[in-house]
Amino acid sequence: MPGGSSGGSAAAVAARLCAAATGTDTGGSIRQPASLCGFTGLKPTYGVVSRYGMIAFASSLDQAGPMAKSAEDCALMMNVMAGFDERDSTSLNRDKEDYTRDLNKPLQGLKIGLPKEFFAEGLDTGVGKVIEDAIAEYKKLGAEIVDISLPNTGLSIPVYYVLAPAEASSNLSRYDGVRYGHRTAEYTDLMDMYCKSRAEGFGAEVKRRILIGTYVLSAGYYDAYYLKAQQIRRLIAQDFEEAFKKCDVIMGPAAPSTAFKAGEKVDDPVAMYLQDIYTISTNLAGLPGMSVPAGFSTSADGKALPVGLQIIGNYFDEARMLNVAHQYQQVTDWHAQAPNLDKPEGTA
Amino acid sequence: MEWEVVIGLETHTQLKTNTKIFSGASTTYGAEPNTQACEVSIALPGVLPVLNKEAVNCAIKFGLAVHAEIAPRSVFARKNYFYPDLPKGYQISQYELPVVGKGAVTIQVPAVGKNAAYEKVINITRAHLEEDAGKSVHGAVEGMSGIDLNRAGTPLLEIVTEPDMRSAAEAVAYAKKLHELVQWIGICDGNMQEGSFRCDVNVSVRPKGTEKLGTRREIKNLNSFKFMQQAIEYETRWQIETLEDGGTIQQATVLFNPDTGETRAMRSKEEANDYRYFPDPDLLPLEITEADKARVQAEMPELPEAMKARFENQFGLTSYDAASLTANRALADYFVAVVNAGAEAKPAANWVMGAISAKLNAEEKTLAASPVAAESLAALIKRITDNTISNNAAKQVFEAMWNGEGEVDAIIEAKGLKQVSDTGAIEAIIDEVLAANAAMVEEFKAGKEKAFNALVGQAMKASKGKANPAQVNEVLKNKLGA
Repeated sequence: MPGGSSGGSAAAVAARLCAAATGTDTGGSIRQPASLCGFTGLKPTYGVVSRYGMIAFASSLDQAGPMAKSAEDCALMMNVMAGFDERDSTSLNRDKEDYTRDLNKPLQGLKIGLPKEFFAEGLDTGVGKVIEDAIAEYKKLGAEIVDISLPNTGLSIPVYYVLAPAEASSNLSRYDGVRYGHRTAEYTDLMDMYCKSRAEGFGAEVKRRILIGTYVLSAGYYDAYYLKAQQIRRLIAQDFEEAFKKCDVIMGPAAPSTAFKAGEKVDDPVAMYLQDIYTISTNLAGLPGMSVPAGFSTSADGKALPVGLQIIGNYFDEARMLNVAHQYQQVTDWHAQAPNLDKPEGTA
Repeated sequence: MEWEVVIGLETHTQLKTNTKIFSGASTTYGAEPNTQACEVSIALPGVLPVLNKEAVNCAIKFGLAVHAEIAPRSVFARKNYFYPDLPKGYQISQYELPVVGKGAVTIQVPAVGKNAAYEKVINITRAHLEEDAGKSVHGAVEGMSGIDLNRAGTPLLEIVTEPDMRSAAEAVAYAKKLHELVQWIGICDGNMQEGSFRCDVNVSVRPKGTEKLGTRREIKNLNSFKFMQQAIEYETRWQIETLEDGGTIQQATVLFNPDTGETRAMRSKEEANDYRYFPDPDLLPLEITEADKARVQAEMPELPEAMKARFENQFGLTSYDAASLTANRALADYFVAVVNAGAEAKPAANWVMGAISAKLNAEEKTLAASPVAAESLAALIKRITDNTISNNAAKQVFEAMWNGEGEVDAIIEAKGLKQVSDTGAIEAIIDEVLAANAAMVEEFKAGKEKAFNALVGQAMKASKGKANPAQVNEVLKNKLGA
């Protein structure tokens, strides 16, 4: 399973079907598949890449970014993707940047923050080992390690699963079968057409999120859920603000485990949601985050599966993050290792 | 028991911008269906709203015009509901933080029967920016309803009042005042037939003298002042009768049927939508600085109240006349143009409110279509004040001008209406009149004052109306030794 939701782009890049692809990341949908498939993915600062043309899921969290083999390729992609767009009101009007400009800077004196919450219960041991090795590599490159804390990390999943479904429930209303998309074949009246078209067109997880979102925005529940979640979102952003006073970049795992089998967690949505525990908080804070191939971990059935190192930067610090990733990719070759594309056993 | 009706209004005014509030599509009325529906108007996946600054300027103008607080920061919110003419499944509006806060307008309630005219201040609760929905077109295709999204995204300013009105007359006076004001400041074309100005009226009743508000019903989408008057009157009667019969009022939305003159419930509160408002994450909060306000202020026309005060001070007009002349922008502009063309203000006011208004009303014309231009009216008034023609003759000249018979002096000449101001000529006429009316002269001398007026009348008649009445009076007085 390539991870999601930019799983198609992820599989294409991982299989070397293309040099690079675009993806969108609302709660980790660039970084989690990058980790699971073993390539480099970057979610930029919110507002750096225009959302115009993207199918909106959660507008305040959605951000497009590059998915490619290396940090250098991501930097080249960013040079094309980033920039102000007057058609997106949340797009930021900043001077054009060359994201390759700092790729070759040495990392001597770089302060790397390790949040203790990213290495706590729930992290797969094999994944944890790969991240530790990657940190050791950075020390050799001259980086300093700083212990930090992001105390509200644990709240990021519940906050996300209030805010993202709330926005999604509204964003997905336009798929009503009236002007485009699926329309049911038989219906008695307008309401029946809406209900059947949407019941047939949306999958179970989408419906679950629409229902959650509709609930948390309902009269009488708005303050307790939506408003409270917005307040905690501020606290999560403040955690990062404090952390970046002590370090230049934050590192940790991008996902708590390696790829799982297709269909494995579909009956346990909460377990599925927990896959995003390390990526979601950066979306909530609007910060940029990357996943960089850092090695392999052996799964229960004996397969070596890719592990991604997450690099989180301060706002608009993408050039530095790409530099930090690129320097690592100069001394390691994890990013250059293509997956074995032999047909799985038992398939024709 | 004596009842009191309590009324509040919510008015949707379509803002006079070239393009829609969140896209570049045209707002021109009457185009072929869906030809002014761009990708944003039809809500294609992936499109985003971008706020039209001109719509914001309109909101600021309105805020300044009603002396309201203009929010330094206001927020666009999504109002979620499903309807085929609402392509996104939500309307972008403002909810908790509107752009315009508390303000007020002063209304003139006309005299009705024994009740004299009076002024009243109506408080504005708020005004917020939002987008209009499209239209469902029924019957264009047999057995189907069509959707026209040309109107979807047209900018609206929804103006909400406090429940300050106590009669249908006050509600209509407020609606008319607001209708004139939004046109005066140039933010709305005021075209009610095209739906540019639509009112929802909240009506409740309570025993007179009590404080607690009764349960209200909302009459939706009234687009004529006449229907508003009828709807409120019917609704008020219905509510009072219901309560007097021991019933209760359920909060509801009602529609007015002009054919039956009745209001009928559309949906009750229980069936009301939960709109699930939340801040629109696609739009940044709207920030308005002091500099923005100052810039808009500089573009603002003189407001009706200021102009009214100026007319009183500068021209010595009565409060009533000044109020009448500033009832709408076109009338005020026309009056000012007449004065600027050299006419004295008081006769100019009388002519504009009198002959001009009467003609326009009778022929259902607007001032823009008046056959008598402001300069021509000024020329006519000058001929009265310089004694070239009498007031009576002026009426004939005006009639001729209205009918397109030419300019003032040519008409006076052609009709021979020039006033006789030659004292010798007038004395000759009066001598004739005195000689021919010896009985009247005797009556006057015996103390009958009325006989004097009769003699003046005879003299005017003898001069075919051309004699200067003031001179006739004077000469006659001298001759009679009065």
